[in-house]
Amino acid sequence: MSIIRTDKLVFEYTRKDEENNVTETVRAIDGVDLDIEKGDFIAILGRNGSGKSTLAKHINALLYPTGGTIWVGGMDTKDDAKLWDIRQTAGMIFQNPDNQMVASVIEEDVGFGPENMGVPTEEIWKRVAHSLEAVGMTAYAKKSPNHLSGGQKQRIGIAGVLAMRPQCIVMDEPTAMLDPIGRREVIKTVHELNKTEHITVILITHYMEEAVDADHVFVMEHGQVKLQGTPREVFSRVDELKALNMSVPQVTELAYELKKSGVDIPDGILKIEELTEALCHLN
Amino acid sequence: MLKDMTLGQYYPVDSMVHRLDPRTKLAGTLLYIISLFITNNVVGYAIAFLFLCLCIGLSHVPPKYILKGLKPVLVLMFISVFFNLFFIKGEPVLFSWKFITITQPGLRQAILMAVRLVFLISGSALMTYTTTPTALTDGMEKGLGFLKVFKVPVHEIAMMMSIALRFIPILAEEADKIQKAQMARGAVFDEGNLIQRAKALVPLLVPLFISAFRRATDLAMAMEARCYHGGDGRTKMHPLKYGRNDMLVYTAFLAYLALVFISRKISIGI
Ligand SMILES: Nc1ncnc2c1ncn2[C@@H]1O[C@H](COP(=O)(O)OP(=O)(O)O)[C@@H](O)[C@H]1O
Ligand SMILES: [Mg+2]
Repeated sequence: MSIIRTDKLVFEYTRKDEENNVTETVRAIDGVDLDIEKGDFIAILGRNGSGKSTLAKHINALLYPTGGTIWVGGMDTKDDAKLWDIRQTAGMIFQNPDNQMVASVIEEDVGFGPENMGVPTEEIWKRVAHSLEAVGMTAYAKKSPNHLSGGQKQRIGIAGVLAMRPQCIVMDEPTAMLDPIGRREVIKTVHELNKTEHITVILITHYMEEAVDADHVFVMEHGQVKLQGTPREVFSRVDELKALNMSVPQVTELAYELKKSGVDIPDGILKIEELTEALCHLN
Repeated sequence: MLKDMTLGQYYPVDSMVHRLDPRTKLAGTLLYIISLFITNNVVGYAIAFLFLCLCIGLSHVPPKYILKGLKPVLVLMFISVFFNLFFIKGEPVLFSWKFITITQPGLRQAILMAVRLVFLISGSALMTYTTTPTALTDGMEKGLGFLKVFKVPVHEIAMMMSIALRFIPILAEEADKIQKAQMARGAVFDEGNLIQRAKALVPLLVPLFISAFRRATDLAMAMEARCYHGGDGRTKMHPLKYGRNDMLVYTAFLAYLALVFISRKISIGI
């Protein structure tokens, strides 16, 4: 069953002058057709300005399409009556971990979503405890978020979304402001949630390494999906990716160059172990 | 610099005071402030001091931390002391040199005023140290809920306050960073006269404001994404309910207030 589906999705930002006349339009999404299965781990790649954030905001009904339609959990986001259901179905994590924390105590921040949804008090506490455990931050429940590392803050953000019992989490470059350790920590956490809680994850990133373990990868450019497929399929098209000004994971690039210069190894190598394996089996 | 500001920040330990209903603490603070304006002699101040010590002791907040919180208001205290000391006329004169005269009533008033300010700020700080901003705003929202009848947006004001408290340390840290960045590029913040110094703050304030607006936009979006839509239909993680301790504390405060009243009648000459 599909959890998110779009049909010829178009979105235009308009800039207006003082008299409310449209002076400029930017087409940030240009006819995107997506169909995302429940439980999948999706990665969306693309350069700055390719329309990734705009797409993400559509999934959460923070923006509405100017053309085409998007369904989240079977609900058309244009249906105002379903607004809160849609936002509960698809949670959202943003880039800056500080700017999405509302409360000064971690457990209160995690409980913010359920409070807004009108969940009974006892149930909120159960959900908060469960969510904090799922991201491995139970020990910090009563602490202030100010002394946490970036990776920990982002995990609290994830717990806050989890407490709303979403079917899907959309993450817009959640690791862009983190150090490598924090980055690994966050990615590991979402992979675990995907496996144990069967939550659909849509990870927007420009670190290719983070897309390697996804079930499906989309590459966007100028508001359109230019490439898609499993990571192996997408990353074996090194030339096309380069034409889109995108890099590929280092190992993949190395393997690609080796192959080009005549070494006999398979296409689309994604991990160091795979390359080692392939090289050991030469001759 | 700004980062060390402790005033108004929650101090996370567990104590009987921390667990009180925020309405009790708000009302208590208000009563305490009133009591400080009722007292008019040393006995009254001694009672107020002992009561404050009792509260601090029960709260498990280190007294050092409370003293640190007084730093930002030192200037205010000096101004008040200055005016009381030099401008109150009366008899007997203790010291006189050219146009400067210090009188006994002036000295007395200056000291009492300084003490009153210290108590007042320590007392209110103790409330913010022992109450999370959320609880504080919950308390205000419920305690002042009757104002909704007069179309006062109580929930919105409460939410704004709690967010402001959440972002004070973040913005303070940011100001620190920007200042260091500008200093590394040769900006000077601590030299020159008042006008020059004020001017030097512009390159600090502009980026700080821009960043604050950015954060505000981000936060508004994040709150909406988490289904925030005002106070209607919202439930609470900490629904407010008075417990036995709250009643005890209210009683203690009334007893204290009565004592302060009685102290007005006692005069021991100073
Ligand atoms: N608020 C806005 N107003 C006008 N144009 C915008 C706005 N936000 C983004 N854009 C434009 O839309 C395009 C896509 O932006 P965005 O979705 O943020 O891309 P990405 O997240 O992939 O970097 C860019 O060309 C950008 O300049
Ligand atoms: Mg973006």
